[in-house]
Amino acid sequence: MTKENYSLSHLQELEAEAIHIIREVAAEFENPVMLYSIGKDSSCMVRLAEKAFYPGKVPFPLMHIDSKWKFKEMVEFRDHYAKEKGWDLIVHYNKEAYEAGIGPFTHGSKVHTDVMKTEALLEGLNKYGFDAAFGGARRDEEKSRAKERIFSFRDEFHQWDPKNQRPELWANYNTQVMKGESIRVFPISNWTELDVWQYIRLEKIPIVPLYFAKPRAVVEYNGALVLVDDERMPKELRDKAKMKMVRFRTLGCYPLTGAVESDADTIEKIVEEMMTTTASERTTRVIDFDQEGSMEQKKREGYF
Amino acid sequence: MEQTKQALNIEEFLAQDEKKDLLRILTAGSVDDGKSTLIGRLLFDSKRLYDDQLVALKRDSKRVGHAGENIDYALLLDGLKAEREQGITIDVAYRYFSTNRRKFIIADTPGHEQYTRNMVTGASTASLALILVDASKGVITQTRRHTFLVSLLGIKHVVLAVNKMDLVDYDKEVFDKICEDYKRFLIRQNIPDVNFVPLSALHGDNVVNLSDKMPWYKGQPILELLESIHISSDRNFTDLRYPVQYVLRPEHSFRGFSAKVASGIVRKGDELMALPSRKKSKVKEIITYDGEQNYAFPPESVTITLEDEIDISRGDMLVHPNNQPRVERHFESMLVWMDEKDMDLNTNFIIKQTTNLTKARIDDIRYKINVNTMHRSEANHLKLNEIGRVVITASKALFFDAYEKNRETGSFILIDPITHNTSAVGMIIDRVSAEDLPNRISDKDRKKISEGISLVSSKEREAKLHQKGQTIWITGLHGSGKTDLAYLLEKRLFDLGHVSILLDGHNVRSGLSKELDYSPADRAEHLRRAAEVCRLLNDQGIITICTFISPKEKTRQQIAEIIGKERFTLIHMASDLETSRANKPELYKLAEEGKLHNLAGMNSVYEVPENPDLRLEMDDNRIEGIVEIIQNK
Ligand SMILES: Nc1nc2c(ncn2[C@@H]2O[C@H](COP(=O)(O)OP(=O)(O)O)[C@@H](O)[C@H]2O)c(=O)[nH]1
Repeated sequence: MTKENYSLSHLQELEAEAIHIIREVAAEFENPVMLYSIGKDSSCMVRLAEKAFYPGKVPFPLMHIDSKWKFKEMVEFRDHYAKEKGWDLIVHYNKEAYEAGIGPFTHGSKVHTDVMKTEALLEGLNKYGFDAAFGGARRDEEKSRAKERIFSFRDEFHQWDPKNQRPELWANYNTQVMKGESIRVFPISNWTELDVWQYIRLEKIPIVPLYFAKPRAVVEYNGALVLVDDERMPKELRDKAKMKMVRFRTLGCYPLTGAVESDADTIEKIVEEMMTTTASERTTRVIDFDQEGSMEQKKREGYF
Repeated sequence: MEQTKQALNIEEFLAQDEKKDLLRILTAGSVDDGKSTLIGRLLFDSKRLYDDQLVALKRDSKRVGHAGENIDYALLLDGLKAEREQGITIDVAYRYFSTNRRKFIIADTPGHEQYTRNMVTGASTASLALILVDASKGVITQTRRHTFLVSLLGIKHVVLAVNKMDLVDYDKEVFDKICEDYKRFLIRQNIPDVNFVPLSALHGDNVVNLSDKMPWYKGQPILELLESIHISSDRNFTDLRYPVQYVLRPEHSFRGFSAKVASGIVRKGDELMALPSRKKSKVKEIITYDGEQNYAFPPESVTITLEDEIDISRGDMLVHPNNQPRVERHFESMLVWMDEKDMDLNTNFIIKQTTNLTKARIDDIRYKINVNTMHRSEANHLKLNEIGRVVITASKALFFDAYEKNRETGSFILIDPITHNTSAVGMIIDRVSAEDLPNRISDKDRKKISEGISLVSSKEREAKLHQKGQTIWITGLHGSGKTDLAYLLEKRLFDLGHVSILLDGHNVRSGLSKELDYSPADRAEHLRRAAEVCRLLNDQGIITICTFISPKEKTRQQIAEIIGKERFTLIHMASDLETSRANKPELYKLAEEGKLHNLAGMNSVYEVPENPDLRLEMDDNRIEGIVEIIQNK
């Protein structure tokens, strides 16, 4: 008989913590939803939810807020796995704004993000009356997140008040809300980017191929390398496109997400690149080049 | 070739990374002790910082930094805008870094007393506290407060970082004195493992590498120390507590109980008992997505199935039958007040403890504790950041252990029923049995109340009134002088500070016995009622003085029975008929004329008591004697 081992690795501990958080929400809220962005963090989160309720099914739906400017490959990936895994998936988008033709090329990143992401999200949450929404944000992603709770209270306007957060002790989460109010829950708050990659590697979690390097047609736009993903990109830009060996560190709306030149076509190489890189993950998301503190501003307004 | 070698390296790196454990650290120090500088350096030196963050950092330093053109490590940490402008860290911020051996999560909290709640929050999840002291200032009030909080929250390991050693010429004596001071204070705290490191965060001395400026220091640099402190044995592997979090019922035939193992180890085949039902069954399977396990330990999140179908829901707890937690509604705890709104003892809080959610009330504040001096004082409420020892009653039994033994089952939060804010957090003390706790309504008392037994005993009342509840019953013919005696006695007792009530035919018949007449049967009922009133009043410690003709011996015996012989004094006013009649002729006249029936001594018999306690004549002045009898009861 082998000696019993009573210690967990950091990832096992983080996994156990996340499962506990996810079950707590399912047990204490009436109508939770998991926000699914199709990115790597979301993919981990969904796997954690599957683990939490195994051998049962995840007892809440996933919701993707579609800005209608996501990479084509993201949408294909989403639809493929939703079908394969039998997820209860809601895809919500701001129909009115979409029909009015709002987009980053014509209206700029701020208007597009406000309308197609923030507004669409709030609209989706209100439409279904969700009282808890999981998000895949991590505290180490960005400075203002370092102080956010795992269970983050939102008032009836979905606003976050960083000065007035509920104390959060032990693993004892205050889940009490009034009608109209809600909680955003971040089960992988304590994970780092490396933890996420390591987990994807160990668990063999499928991720969108855009994360891996391959020759792609890109063009310089707003100081970033942007993929030519469809014809909505202005022709003068498309004409300047060049094939480059690139990959994406984060995924979002294609015109707002910069590619990095890279040869990393395996998870191991991605991690290696990450550990030795000179630019961190989020510099490739164009909207972050707004002035300092901009993310905090967005969060106050309800953006994740 | 080159490429495979590289791939192998990263594989090795990932394989090593995979095995690292996790250490959660709380950092504490007063403003300007160099906490942010130290954390910034740990993060920086452990290569956690990416270059672009450094670029942003250089820009920030120019704008609001304090360290001139040098990199201000502290700026890495301050997150929210407003806080950055004020130049202080408030709230709790979590930082992540890792070394070759460990991953670290730092809960970074501000040091001021007004942020006690933030430090308590950070401490609740930490296994180790890194407490900073400024070498040029030594152990100060703040250091003691931080240490007290760390001990209160059950952190077992402290690293005392004596920073700014450069300001004291890296002097060993300064360091030694600080260690001594600190150790003296530690005696009263419950922290088994303390390490001391002299360092300069600013210059990097003893942070990652041992400093040649302090050759006298024989310990490890701080980062190495943090990497090597053994923490996994801190967990409680003895007492199995499995607080059911979620019941999985994907299909009818399957019923799984999902939970995080709070403490102890559960094995396949173990006999478990479910609380509160106390029903038993055996563990059939321990299920996870990654396969079945033979055992599970804290803090794993698993799903258990049982051999037998027993009714278990969220909030129930599975334990080993021979090792059970306390199951009580009433308990004592240390409480930290977290709310801007003061504690109000009339609030019906929501309590959350393990997976149980119910109502709770604060019954009593034993004392509040001054976090700077550790002095205890009386309090009738707690304010933001105040800490006290309280008695709590939940509306149903909770399953708990002392916080000292079990952080998971010994902790709880109190939620305001209206704002839903987390108003307070508590750590259960399990020394006093529920029965001995002060309370508003304990289980024992609830039983008494339901049985109509007062929570204030006769003894307690009597002690307060300085007298024994009792009845002085004066019997005798109409006009025998009963009433005069009674009124004089009442006045005298009042003057002596006693509480007494006088009952006579007049006041009892005007209400309580209103419908009764003077027939022997009604007279008996009238006296029974008076006796019952006496009993009630005597139970409350009150002296009753009764003056009734009460002519029948049998009735008087019944009265003594009702009231209780030991507190019944019978006085017979033995004036004869003539004297009585001369004293109050009116009624006797009516009786003589046949207009009044049943007047004792006239047209009905007055049975002279055989053994009264005292027999008096009309003008005997025996008030003092009666007072003596009363006071000697
Ligand atoms: N001389 C000296 N100064 C230090 C040391 N560590 C920090 N400081 C300075 O002390 C001041 C406060 O440091 P900071 O890290 O912001 O302190 P915090 O308030 O505890 O976070 C800053 O000006 C630092 O440069 C040290 O080891 N030696």
